[in-house]
Formats: sequence, structure tokens, C-alpha cells
Amino acid sequence: MLGKLTWDAIPFTQPIPMAASLMVVFVILAVLGYTFAKGWWPYLWREWITSVDHKRIGVMYTVLAIVMLLRGFTDAIMMRSQQAIAAGGNQGHLPPEHYDQIFSAHGTIMIFFVAMPFVIGLMNVVVPLQLGVRDVAFPVLNSISFWLTCSGALLVNMSLMIGSFARTGWLVYPPLSELAFSPDVGVDYYLWSLQISGVGTLLTGINFVTTILKLRAPGMAYTRMPIFCWTALASNLLIIAAFPVLTATFAMLLLDRYLGFHFFTNDGGGSAMMFINLIWIWGHPEVYILVLPAFGIYSEVIATFARKPLFGYRSMVAATMVICILSFMVWLHHFFTMGAGADVNAFFGVMTMVIAVPTGVKVFNWIFTLYGGRVHFASPLLWSLGFICTFVIGGMTGVLLAIPPADFVLHNSLFLVAHFHNVIIGGVLFGAFAGYMYWFPKAFGFQLNERLGKAAFWCWLIGFYLAFMPLYALGLLGATRRMQHYDNVAWQPFMLVAMAGALVILLGIALIIIQLFVSIRDRAALADRTGDPWQGRTLEWSTASPPPPWNFAVLPHVRGTDAYWAMKQGTRPAVPPGYEPIEMPRHTPVGVFIAFFAVIAGFALIWHIWWLAIIGLIGIAASGISHAWSMEREEVIPADELAAFERARSSLRASGDRA
Amino acid sequence: MQSIWQSGVLDPQGPIGAAERLILLNATVIMLAIIIPVIVLALACAWWFRASNARAQYLPEFEYSGPIELVVWSIPALVITFLGGMAWISSHDLDPPRPVASQTAPIEIQVVALDWKWLFIYPAQGVASVNQLVVPAGTPLSFRITSATVMNSFFVPQLGSQIYAMAGMVNRLELLADKPGTFQGLSAQYSGAGFSDMRFEVKALPAAEFQAWVTSTKAGGGTLDGVAYGRLARPSQADKPQAFGTVTPRLFEAAIQQAVK
Repeated sequence: MLGKLTWDAIPFTQPIPMAASLMVVFVILAVLGYTFAKGWWPYLWREWITSVDHKRIGVMYTVLAIVMLLRGFTDAIMMRSQQAIAAGGNQGHLPPEHYDQIFSAHGTIMIFFVAMPFVIGLMNVVVPLQLGVRDVAFPVLNSISFWLTCSGALLVNMSLMIGSFARTGWLVYPPLSELAFSPDVGVDYYLWSLQISGVGTLLTGINFVTTILKLRAPGMAYTRMPIFCWTALASNLLIIAAFPVLTATFAMLLLDRYLGFHFFTNDGGGSAMMFINLIWIWGHPEVYILVLPAFGIYSEVIATFARKPLFGYRSMVAATMVICILSFMVWLHHFFTMGAGADVNAFFGVMTMVIAVPTGVKVFNWIFTLYGGRVHFASPLLWSLGFICTFVIGGMTGVLLAIPPADFVLHNSLFLVAHFHNVIIGGVLFGAFAGYMYWFPKAFGFQLNERLGKAAFWCWLIGFYLAFMPLYALGLLGATRRMQHYDNVAWQPFMLVAMAGALVILLGIALIIIQLFVSIRDRAALADRTGDPWQGRTLEWSTASPPPPWNFAVLPHVRGTDAYWAMKQGTRPAVPPGYEPIEMPRHTPVGVFIAFFAVIAGFALIWHIWWLAIIGLIGIAASGISHAWSMEREEVIPADELAAFERARSSLRASGDRA
Repeated sequence: MQSIWQSGVLDPQGPIGAAERLILLNATVIMLAIIIPVIVLALACAWWFRASNARAQYLPEFEYSGPIELVVWSIPALVITFLGGMAWISSHDLDPPRPVASQTAPIEIQVVALDWKWLFIYPAQGVASVNQLVVPAGTPLSFRITSATVMNSFFVPQLGSQIYAMAGMVNRLELLADKPGTFQGLSAQYSGAGFSDMRFEVKALPAAEFQAWVTSTKAGGGTLDGVAYGRLARPSQADKPQAFGTVTPRLFEAAIQQAVK
């Protein structure tokens, strides 16, 4: 009746996962209870959960990313403390059974449920506003994408309480991930979570490519598009090209595990090498899916705070698109040590290095954007400068690892671990935080506390160097990754410094949370009445903060890059004589329903509860079909309402100007 | 006391490792020559052009310059052309199966990754060892590497290149230890619960002592046949080193095919 699910799945006898899962359940219940007691549920349901507004969906993505960052970082602290202790004969506080789950979960969560939702969340909030349009191309699909991502995140976290997570590393290399070596449900949790959230990501890719190609404000030619939209386009093109590969690869592994196929098994003619090739054909573009939008954020932030247009706009666009294409030609550098032969290794090594050229061009162009500027050291700019300094170091170690013979001695070492954290923290996460602090006033109508934001930046920067420079050194000393314990006590001091670095980063995370609460408390004083607190250059700053659901009462006419900056240089256009009514999509619960049934189906498939899986799949289909039959999908915003909103905004802005 | 830096990749004890360290250091120095000025330039630019600096000239229209564009594309392109050439040549020179130049004839060692230990078979000598690799110094070591289980990576940091051990196939790796010494070997590819203990000691001995080790191992007895292999292949962790004086012929070939009887 319940498949493989028994009471043994719940870790009653293991204090750490039990305490952790009880804590998670307690926090979820507390949040649900508090919001219910406050009577917020109808509001949350009506205005957020069923919302198809890209800004609200973007905010929810960001919230998901920050919540999952806490989970992923808890894993990081446990790993760092384990390695700080487990030297010589010491086994530390985590047996392999737990430690191996923790590093697998850490990587999976940080990439799929922190970095991805953070970047996609910012794209959601910003891209339609920058394009000067009222929503994405497919608003309901957008809601479905978000909720499917949540389904995946929920399933990953359920593995904490019911059963266990994969003990295979974050990319579940076979044959270790095959039934013969991983018979429990850990790998199944991994696969179904990522299959479900992967569908959501693919839909996001389709949605944003369509939006950027087909919906732009009048006059916004491709060559006038803000650079963040260009990077978002590149990123979403990569999603469309790469995520189906991931889905197909996982589908083959699922066939191996569920139906006795032999795609990647040791026996029956399977080849693990095929999996490893396929997963990195997704995996390397994935890096650029994350980092290209971050590059876009830095470009916007640096131009804004230097009070100058971006230097070399066309070069930047070209560099972005070159990286987009090249990112598909380098995957083999993740396994030079597989024995492919000199020609193959050399080709992929050289191709990898070629990516450093457009990336280097970007760095120079950012510097020349600063040159001749009036640089304001606000928190988003600090993140950007921290990024430039940190990322070039990560780029350097990346080019080192791209030289096959250097990789032969550094592959899988802590040097590699330091390298990819260097580019993902220093590149993606710094960018996400820069974007978060930059666009927060746009999304909510008040600014974040700058002092706390800057303090958080310094903690992250210093913490990063403390945590990862020792790992570079350890890699050179011959320390490999994923060690639950190690003999060489001479490594321990390095591990202790890395632990200290992780604690400094923890302080940085705490400051970001504190900043949010303090800023909400002081929101009246931090209010942004102008809609343009940073003297922005692009169209998102031309509308109110927060923007109305329709974004723009009248779509802006674009006559060049930095459209809003140009408008501000001219006289402010008179209030238009009249407004046309706007048709906006109605909110719908179809996304959350589909995601709910996807969790049921996923959970049932993980535990082999076939009847429940069928219910889940029928639920998904029924939700989609019933939405397809609904006739009233739009609502009309009358012209009076638009006029009233704009009048109110003008007087508010005038009062802001006087103040 | 031995310095901590006298270990690992930066203290190679053979020609392969030494060549790899040289590439590592050369490439690092070349790139540092670019990235240190870039970091300084970025910070200096941002600081000099700070809004409060009245002496800095504001150039609100400075957004394009053909010559600068040419330079910013050229600098990385030239560096990468140079490093790319280095990568191409060194990939061929240091291809793992490429024989190490030496007057001495190589010794073949067959390596099988098991859960969670390393088995080393010396086909010409007819002996085998577990979790301990004894080799003659100054003699090219010709490894043939497979796995009877999940993937692992055979790696002795002080000797150089690592390579994957994969079931159903053989990877070749040629190394050499210059001088007698003791080095650490490990699996560099996570392979499950016993992975952290999947380490072994490499003892490079003078040729005569190596011969003596072979002789005493043969005399010490122990037979590695299908039954003993089957016992060995069962998952176990942190196994003590052991040796076998006799080895069933063609055991390695059977192990590649997962067909040891």
C-alpha cells in the first residue's frame, strides 16, 4: 500500500537529522500559524500565491532563494566544522552516512534552489520593467514555473525527515548512483526533485526568450535593449538548450533505477562515461545561465553609480553572446582525467580558455565605465567592485584548471572546490546581492538600510577569502574534495581558518536578514517617492515604486539605449491627455495546484506508491485542463483607475521633490 | 621538521609531476601579470572618480573608443593565444599514457579499485598488494587501471597525473619516481562511504630493495585467486596493507570484465 515507505524512514534514532527536521517542521508550522492568526491568509492567497504578476513572482523566487540559502549554508557549516575536527584519527561529528548526504545536498540546493531562483527572481522583477512592457509573454506559465521550483525544493527538504538524500555528490555520477550501489531512496529524491523543478526552469526559459524577442516597448530595438535584458536573453537561450539535456539524462538514470535499464550501469553494456558527458553538456552552460545575468546586473549597477552609460555597449553584447555559444563547447574540461586522449583534452582546454577573452573584455569595459564617472559607493556598487577583484582571481584559477596537465594534479582537489566557489560566490552570489539591494526599492517602494548592507558586503567578502584561500592551498598540498576525515594533521590549521571564514559569511547572511527587518521597520523613513532613488538609466526607474500591476499606464517610447536617462535629460513629458483601458491577466491558482499535485506524484514515485503517483499525475492534468476551460482569464483596468493612479503619483513625486 | 610545503603537488618527486608544477607556476605568473594590474586599475579608477573628488574630471558621454576597444579585446586574446599554445603542447607532452623517457625498462603494475581499497598486481613479478604500492625508484611505472566497482581516481600527488579508474575499461598512466621515498596515494574521485580511507602509501625503493621486496613477498605466501579476490571485493573500509605471494594469471583481465571466477 505504501510502497517502500515504513516507519524506518523517519530518523528517530539519529539526533542530528531528527532535530533538524523537527526544527524545519516547527518553523514552517510557526510561520503558517502566525500568518493564519494574523488573518493574512486570504490576502496571501489572493495577492501572492495565485498571482501571475511577474514582480510578485520574482519576489517569491527571491524569498525561496534566501530561505534555501539558509538550508544550504547550514550544510556548509556542518561540512566545514566536520573537516575542522576530523584530522588524524578523529572521525569528527558526522559519520560518512550523514556527511555524504550533506555535501550532496549542499551542492544541489545551492545551485538549483538558491542560485537559480535568485537569478530567475531578479529577471522576473526587472526584465519586463526594463523592456517597458506590462508582463512576461505567458504570465500563468510563469506562476507554474515558480511553483514547480518550490515543489522541487520541498521534496529535497522532505528527504531530511522522511528517508534520506543522495550520498553521491551533487551530480549523482553513476555507477555510484545506480541501484546496485545506492539502493535507497536518496538518489530518487534527487532525481524527482530536479525533474520537477527542471520543468519549471525550462518553462521560464521559454517564457523569457519569448518575452524578450516579442514584447518590447515601442522603439526598443535589440541594440537599445538594456544590457541586463541581453544577458537574460543569453541565459534563457541556454536554459532552453541545456535543460532538456538534463531532463533526458535524468530520465535515463530513472529508467535504469526503476525499470532495470542499462544506460549507465557497469553491466549490460551501460556506460557511465555517457552520463558524465551528458550531465556536463548541461552543467557547463548552467554556470553561464547563472553568471551571465549576474554580469548584466554588474553592468547596470556600475553604469548607474558611475552616472555614465555603460562603456562599449556593443562589445558587451557581443561578448555576452560569444560566451553563450562557447559555453556549449567546453564541457569535457570537467573530466580531463577520464583518459580521452591528448587531442580531445587539448581542444577542450583551448576552447575553455577562449571564454576568458570575452570575459576579460567585460572586465575592462566595467573599468572604463568607472573611468570618468562620478562614482557613488552605494552597497550595490560595493558588491560589484568586490566581484571584479574576486572574480578575476577565480578566472585565473579557472584558466589554470583548463590546462589539461595542470588539471591532472588539481582535478577534484580542494583547489577545484575553491575555484568554483570563487566564481559562484564572487560572480553569481555577489551579483544577486547587488541586484537585490539595487532593485529592492523598485519592488517595495522603500530602500534597504545602507549601513547594514555595506556591513553584510564586507562580511561576505572577508569571509569568502578566509574560507576559500586556505582551500586553494590545501588543494596544492594534495587534499581532495569530499573527505569525511583525513590523516594529515598539518592540514588542520587551514581547515580551521576556512571554518572561521564560514562563520564570517554566516555573520554576513545574518546582516542581510537583519537589514531586511530593520528596513521594513524604518520603511517610512526609507520610502522612495520618486520611483528613481538611484538616478537610474533604464525604464524600470521611470515607473512608480512599487510599480502598479500594469507597470506602465502608457507604454514608453524608446529612442536610444538608457531610455529613461535620455527622457530625464529632456523635459518631463506632460501628463498624457487620456488613458486607454488595459487588459491584465487574472490571478489563478493553477500554478500552485499543479505544483501541489507534482509534490504528491514526486513523493509517490520516490517511495514506489504507485496508486498515489497516479492520483498526483491525474491531479496535474486536471488542474491544467480545468484552467484551459476557464473563460474569464482577463480583467480590464479602466482608464479612470489609471488616471487616478498617475495623478496620485505625480502629487507624491512633487511632494518628494519638495522634501 | 619537514615543511608542510614539502608535500603534495608543489613538491614533485618525478618528471611528470615536475613538468606539471612548472606549467602551473608559469601560467600563474603570466596571469598574475595581468590580473594584479587589473585589480589595481579597477580600485584606483573607482576611488579616483569618486563623486566627492572635485579634481576628477566627469566625462558623462565617454562610452566608446575604438582604440580602447581594440586594446581590451587584444590583451586577453594575446594572453589566451599564448596560454592556449602552452595547453596544446603540454596536453600532448604529458598525455597520461605517453611513456616516460628512461634508460630503464618500465615495470607494469595493474591497478584495481575496489570498495574501498586499492589492489595492485605486478604481473611480471607474480605478486600483488593491497593499499600499499611498492615501486622501484628510477624505473618507469606503467600503470593499467580499472575498477571492479564505482568510479575512482588513482592519484599520487607527488608523482603527478591522476586518472579515473572505471569499470569495464582500462586507463593507462605512465609515471616515474626519481628517488627512493614514501609518498601518499589516494582516490581523488568520491566513491561512497569508505572513500576517505581509500588511501595508500607509495614506497619507492632502490632497485635492489624492490627486488628484495618481491622475493620476500613471494616467500611470504598468500594466494590471490578467484576466491581471495571475491573476499577482497566485498565492501570494507580502512583496510590494512596486505600482500600476496602468488597471483592467478590473467586475474586483471577478468577483473576488467567483472568476470573473476
